[in-house]
Amino acid sequence: MRKIATGNKAVAEAVKQARPDVVAAYPITPQSEIVETIAEYIATGKLESQFIPVESEHSSMAACIGASIAGARTFTATSSHGLAYMHEMTNWAAGARLPVVMVNVNRALAPGWNIWAEHSDAIQERDTGWLQVFVSTVQEAYDTTLMAFRIAEHTDVLLPVMVNLDGFTLSHIMQPLDTVEPGDFIPPVHTPHPVDPAHPGGYGTITGPADQFRFRYEMERSMQQAKAVIGETEQEFARRFGRAYGAAEEYRAGDADVVVVALGTLGKEAEVAVDILRNEGIKAGSVRPRWFRPFPDLDLAGKEVVVIDRDYSFGFGGVLAHAIRSKNLTKVYSVIAGLGGQEVTYDDIAEFVRHRRIGEEFWFGVNDRV
Amino acid sequence: MDIIAEIPETEYVLKCTSACAGCGDSLALRYVLKAAGPDTVLVMPAGCTAAFQGVYPKTAYTLPVVNIAFAAAASCASGLSTFLRAKGKKTKVVVYAGDGATLDIGLSAVSGAFERRTDFLYVCYDNEAYGNTGMQRSGATPLGAKTTTTPAGKPEVKKDIDTIIAAHEPPYQATACASYPQDLFRKVQKALTFTGPTFVHVLSPCPPGWRYSAEKTVEVGKLAVKSGMWVLYEREQGKLTISPPSKAAMKNPVPLEEYLALQGRFKGIDATTVEHLKERIAGNFRRLAAEEAEP
Amino acid sequence: MYEIRIHSRGGQGGVTAARLLATAALHDGKFATACPFYGAERRGAPVVSFVRIDDRPIKVYSQIHEPDLVVVLDASVMDVVDVLHGLKTGGRVFINSAHPREFAGFAAHHADLTGIALKENLVVSGSPILNTPVIGALAKLGIISPGSATSAIREMFADERNVRAAEAAYREMIV
Repeated sequence: MRKIATGNKAVAEAVKQARPDVVAAYPITPQSEIVETIAEYIATGKLESQFIPVESEHSSMAACIGASIAGARTFTATSSHGLAYMHEMTNWAAGARLPVVMVNVNRALAPGWNIWAEHSDAIQERDTGWLQVFVSTVQEAYDTTLMAFRIAEHTDVLLPVMVNLDGFTLSHIMQPLDTVEPGDFIPPVHTPHPVDPAHPGGYGTITGPADQFRFRYEMERSMQQAKAVIGETEQEFARRFGRAYGAAEEYRAGDADVVVVALGTLGKEAEVAVDILRNEGIKAGSVRPRWFRPFPDLDLAGKEVVVIDRDYSFGFGGVLAHAIRSKNLTKVYSVIAGLGGQEVTYDDIAEFVRHRRIGEEFWFGVNDRV
Repeated sequence: MDIIAEIPETEYVLKCTSACAGCGDSLALRYVLKAAGPDTVLVMPAGCTAAFQGVYPKTAYTLPVVNIAFAAAASCASGLSTFLRAKGKKTKVVVYAGDGATLDIGLSAVSGAFERRTDFLYVCYDNEAYGNTGMQRSGATPLGAKTTTTPAGKPEVKKDIDTIIAAHEPPYQATACASYPQDLFRKVQKALTFTGPTFVHVLSPCPPGWRYSAEKTVEVGKLAVKSGMWVLYEREQGKLTISPPSKAAMKNPVPLEEYLALQGRFKGIDATTVEHLKERIAGNFRRLAAEEAEP
Repeated sequence: MYEIRIHSRGGQGGVTAARLLATAALHDGKFATACPFYGAERRGAPVVSFVRIDDRPIKVYSQIHEPDLVVVLDASVMDVVDVLHGLKTGGRVFINSAHPREFAGFAAHHADLTGIALKENLVVSGSPILNTPVIGALAKLGIISPGSATSAIREMFADERNVRAAEAAYREMIV
């Protein structure tokens, strides 16, 4: 059924269809609409689920962990400081091998108190063991949230999954949305060791130096296995529902001399810049990584690479730029843009490409363009 | 600090903040700051008051404001106050935080700061929901009230933060209401004569959250007190005194229905819940009267 | 791509108008996106909503700087906001007004949406509903088809007064 929906509403609709047993969440701008909509679905019987209106985000993740350990399918949503406040427990959810699904609406970290789009919140979770995907349209937000449950709960994965939406830019924009009838696309939840007095065991007990590293290795093994599970899930989604996704979305990149690499809506708006540049005779293309963890193999061979980071690692550099440098063994033009919701248009992106200086870092709005 | 009889004219809140029309909190804020005076530092967590402070590079408040993370106001104030006092400074440290920050996400920090006897005044402005993020329920939302996360009315009763604070044995605590500014002014002044921790809990009627027309804020706040849904009192070294408007309400309360009828958040509330609220009001009055009567 | 900027005050339904417009464009078989201005909204404060309509999928997320059409739902915002800012040469203005208004250099259209809403008793909390009649006015401008204007309204609102108000605005609009 085709209708106009915001990113937040699309996520709530997907969650309704995934039928989590427990939703524990706390409001924060620009995510609140997701939680409010789910609360309304539960109150009006459209979704049979337990809604726990926790008193903080640390508690929302802890509550999801508790429910998931008991065998529940769980969901939460947050943003920025909420995610940062949860950080102790996001580590826990991944280490405990729980298939929690979380939608994070990307927003800058304070101070200053800025509620607009920035990826630093999710980027700072990159080492935890959570799978992470960045979406760029309302349709993709809906489709990917549905797929997230199936991927997280797959026996070869059993790691939590974070779906990222740009704050306001995607969470609040209204775009066309086709919803589906999932049917049995998401199998019933089944975790291997739900708490059960009939089968007692210690969960997360003291673990000594001779054993802890093995659990960490297992997490990485599952993270690598996740690549195949993601691929298989996306193929099944395409077969059933007609929309295909991959680890990255390429636009006119095949024969491109220079590609723009960016996460989220900037990666989608870059496609408009690509068309403009092509009309000028510049063979541009874009490669929008969707999956950030596990980090995908991007095909950038023989191309100049312009990376836009909507994040920064102080004293180090743009995180996406660095990932590409090390994974693809290539120099890049590292553009830092869009922090705190700084507006970046397709014209700006085209300018980044026209004036690229491979090997250098450029802070949009700060450094002068030559 | 001298007690002054008249409310000073100096305003510490500049005109034309981005507060909603009829905002009870902005009214309370003006009187709290008048009582605090110029040698004051404010600590504000995320919330309505921090939001209508304005956008960089301007601020609407002519006192220094430390903005801090949602859960951290009390602990931040604790650090600030501890250092100022160690340096011999008498600058007042006032936390100005909403009900969400105080009763929910920041409760642990509040308890810690009170248990450590932090020398500060903690003012909790209570609009009975998460106002700044669009009116989701908080622990302070009353039984039966509709919010965006309790579309069918909140099933749980309002968390009694004042009793929780009392258990920390502060030298002074009080409840107040934006509709009674002189009472609020007097209580904040009195709180600041004590070495802290002290606590003032201010009911702040909220037009978009409680769903009433903006010009009715003062009336709604008065009905909260006159019906007994909100009781004005103070405890000095643990000794309770009920304030005159609530004394009058105890003798002759306005029917609760009058208070509820003005607000869209109580629309459709069922009779059982209304009865339950009335029982709680009566029980609360009895409990407070008994406590006041103690020697 | 056709770009529309809607000026209103918080609480008047400017964002809903944007959504209705996008929905109607969808019913016309087009692609559309709509969004409010990215900021905190306070009841009574001036707000801006954006709508883009195109025959191809829209990949633009940044704000509209050079609209083709400016819609003013509440004339009083013009005291504080330059509603014509960035309006393209040859662009148009539509204003909720009982009388014609001039906007130097731009074609201007008007309809008394407030009057129409009051006549249909389309009033909530004392304020007339403007977001459904404005859709009828914009259909007269050819932005969306009248049939889709109606179907979009019916998809969102059960109360037929909304459709009648839109139809009245469509009739009253002089193009």
